[in-house]
Amino acid sequence: MSYINFEQVTKRFGGTTALDSVSFSINEGECHAVMGENGAGKSTLGKILAGIHRLDGGSISVGGVKTKYQSARDARIAGIGMVHQELALCPDLSVAENLFLGNPPRRWGLFVDKNKMFAEANTLLQEIAPEIDVHRTMRSLSVAQRQLIQISSAIGTGANILIFDEPTSSLAETESQRLFSIIADLKRRGVTIIYVSHRMPEVFHLADRISVLRDGRFIGTMTGSEATEDSLVQMMIGRSLQSDTDRREEVDTGNTVLEIDSLSSPGLFQSVTLNVKAGEIVGVVGLVGAGRSELANAIFGLDPKSTGKIMISGKEISSLSVRKRMRAGLAYLPEDRSVQGLALDLNCRQNISITIPEKIRRWIFLNRTVESSIVNKFISILGIKTPSSENPVSNLSGGNQQKIVLAKWLAREAKVYILDEPTRGIDIGAKMSIHNIIRKTAADGAAILLISSELPEILSLSNRIYVMRNGALVGETKGSTATQGSLLRMMSGL
Amino acid sequence: MRTLLRNHIGRAVLSLVLVMIVGVLFNAEGTFFRWDTHRDMLRQVSVYGILAAASTIVIVTGGIDLSVGSLLGLSAVLFSLFSIHWGWGPVQSIAATLLIGVVCGMISGGVIGRFKIQPFIATLAMMVFARGVAKLVSGGQKISSAVQTADGSYSYVSVPEIFDSIGTRIWNDNIAVVTLLMIAVLFAAWIFLSQTVAGRELYAIGGNEEAAKYSGVSIPKNILLAYSISGLFCAVAGIAQAAQEMQGDPEAGASYELSAIAMVVIGGTSLRGGIGGIHLTILGILIIGYLEKILSINAVGEETRLMLTGIIILAAVVFQKKGH
Repeated sequence: MSYINFEQVTKRFGGTTALDSVSFSINEGECHAVMGENGAGKSTLGKILAGIHRLDGGSISVGGVKTKYQSARDARIAGIGMVHQELALCPDLSVAENLFLGNPPRRWGLFVDKNKMFAEANTLLQEIAPEIDVHRTMRSLSVAQRQLIQISSAIGTGANILIFDEPTSSLAETESQRLFSIIADLKRRGVTIIYVSHRMPEVFHLADRISVLRDGRFIGTMTGSEATEDSLVQMMIGRSLQSDTDRREEVDTGNTVLEIDSLSSPGLFQSVTLNVKAGEIVGVVGLVGAGRSELANAIFGLDPKSTGKIMISGKEISSLSVRKRMRAGLAYLPEDRSVQGLALDLNCRQNISITIPEKIRRWIFLNRTVESSIVNKFISILGIKTPSSENPVSNLSGGNQQKIVLAKWLAREAKVYILDEPTRGIDIGAKMSIHNIIRKTAADGAAILLISSELPEILSLSNRIYVMRNGALVGETKGSTATQGSLLRMMSGL
Repeated sequence: MRTLLRNHIGRAVLSLVLVMIVGVLFNAEGTFFRWDTHRDMLRQVSVYGILAAASTIVIVTGGIDLSVGSLLGLSAVLFSLFSIHWGWGPVQSIAATLLIGVVCGMISGGVIGRFKIQPFIATLAMMVFARGVAKLVSGGQKISSAVQTADGSYSYVSVPEIFDSIGTRIWNDNIAVVTLLMIAVLFAAWIFLSQTVAGRELYAIGGNEEAAKYSGVSIPKNILLAYSISGLFCAVAGIAQAAQEMQGDPEAGASYELSAIAMVVIGGTSLRGGIGGIHLTILGILIIGYLEKILSINAVGEETRLMLTGIIILAAVVFQKKGH
């Protein structure tokens, strides 16, 4: 029986249509995956159902009754809970205070009844996460633990529909497994689950049915058993994928462009020595905490405590400022685009041209003609989907935002690119196109140091691979012979 | 209309038009239609407008400068001291005053950029400190043509011509020199913020300081520059203030920082930084200036005027916010 009905659901943000007349239905008690690339509108759909966004058109009915949620609280009262990717709330308040934010148990209607609050919080967590101490602050918990708290609080307050928005995006493998078993358990209890994700394996594992969105439109629904990876990809990106698994041989012709000699930073990494030749893509792999991003920061000049030698084309840059290192030919795409990569409120032009003051400068003044032409050139080369270069980057999808970060560094036409997680959290189409850009940049003669947690990405792009463990380089291998297994063994020290 | 309301400038223009309509409706028997009303309004906002230009530059970086009013007072005292009491020439007096303004700004900017002190705290300290210096060098007295001699009696010196040249009106009495000063400062600030590479970097810092750092933008250098320019403009405002009052009052400019910030915010420049600019501040200056003028020509008492201004500032900012 169809339980939740989306009818002609439409949502706009400014000039962008996030959802365009989406209609489909979800059965009671099923686990229904909503898939699509980033920017396809799948998270928006979840947030509308959870009362966070309002509809601009169409309607949603739950159990035959049209919803009129004005806020997340209305939806919550109606039994709809949402588990967000990363829960913010109040990081310095305790778990219990966060659980009862807004309506704590009271004494005489005025004072917070702390004992009762902690007791009730304990009861809420008992079923799903009994190991979490409700007195601890939110900040001290891991992302996985915060998710468990969200799930507990939704279930404890009587939710029978739960929306998960990319729940595994920042979870480790074991934490994901635990989440899956909790979801299976919820399903047995009759909770209807809407699982928003673009990760195929977990969707196949969990979902009874799968609906696909593309560019804000509904494409189709399949049952989990009839769906295949190929058919889903085709629905999500509107074409089939070319093979992305070609291996790369070692480059031995180019000159060494980036040379690092015993670079160390106290507590982060020790005496790292490596080199990258022109035209070469060199992967750096390691577990979380191995010191990869810290190494990248130090190479770029953002770690004042680091010691050692860094040379670009034979010129030592170890004591130079960031801007001077950039002039020497270094570019660095940092790990987290919304924190280190972009000013989200500023427009595409301002974000891209910030790295190229030398090119857009006429004495102390801006040369806007040159600026616009460079910016527009890279927007079109990278195929960035934006109405104009004056559009704030916050209006773009994750993949397009990442391309803006890439554009701002490609615009420098650097000799050495350090790319830290260049495709994190973006959809498969954008990922392929970024991979092609990376290959092309190397083919044009740049040296690329590629840091990534996705081994398939490393394996398909790298000529050579360095492995880091606990702040030290522990191995080097050819890209053509490495396997996921061999890398994993070196990364974990087995 | 909807596209007009979608951006900050559209909303600020609309607010200004609304204020002007009120002026036309309550024109105080035609007073609102006379040029001298507008001329006086412009003169009255000039000093505030210069401080608002200074504040805009700092606010674009995501900071705040609470010291602008105190720096105005200090500059007014120093300028009067140099030129009236010490008998320095106009060029030396102006140059020395501007230099001290820049130095004060550099101290705030240096502390904020280098030691990562919150701008609110650093400039609060400068606000209190500069007021103290103003009172120290003036001995708590207004620096005017009356000079206290050793035995406690007063002798009188003449006030140099430069005071009159700045404090007067020109072009057949049609515009005040201080208004031209404000226009010059606003123009310089506009050029700096929107047409220079350094100005662009300030927006980048205000938009996301971390991302700016990862793009090779030097945070300490740019923050130092922003607060130094703010200090320079405060000194200009102080000279204008002294010239109009024909004296240097150590209490001058108290709480002016709040009016300056209100002008910036009403224009639509975001206190979070990264968004806004001088074009918006100009509209903010005119909105507040006209509002006060219209209330005063209609003989609305000061109490009511303050209350109404408070309400209207709030309404304007809520209006600006709604478009987000």
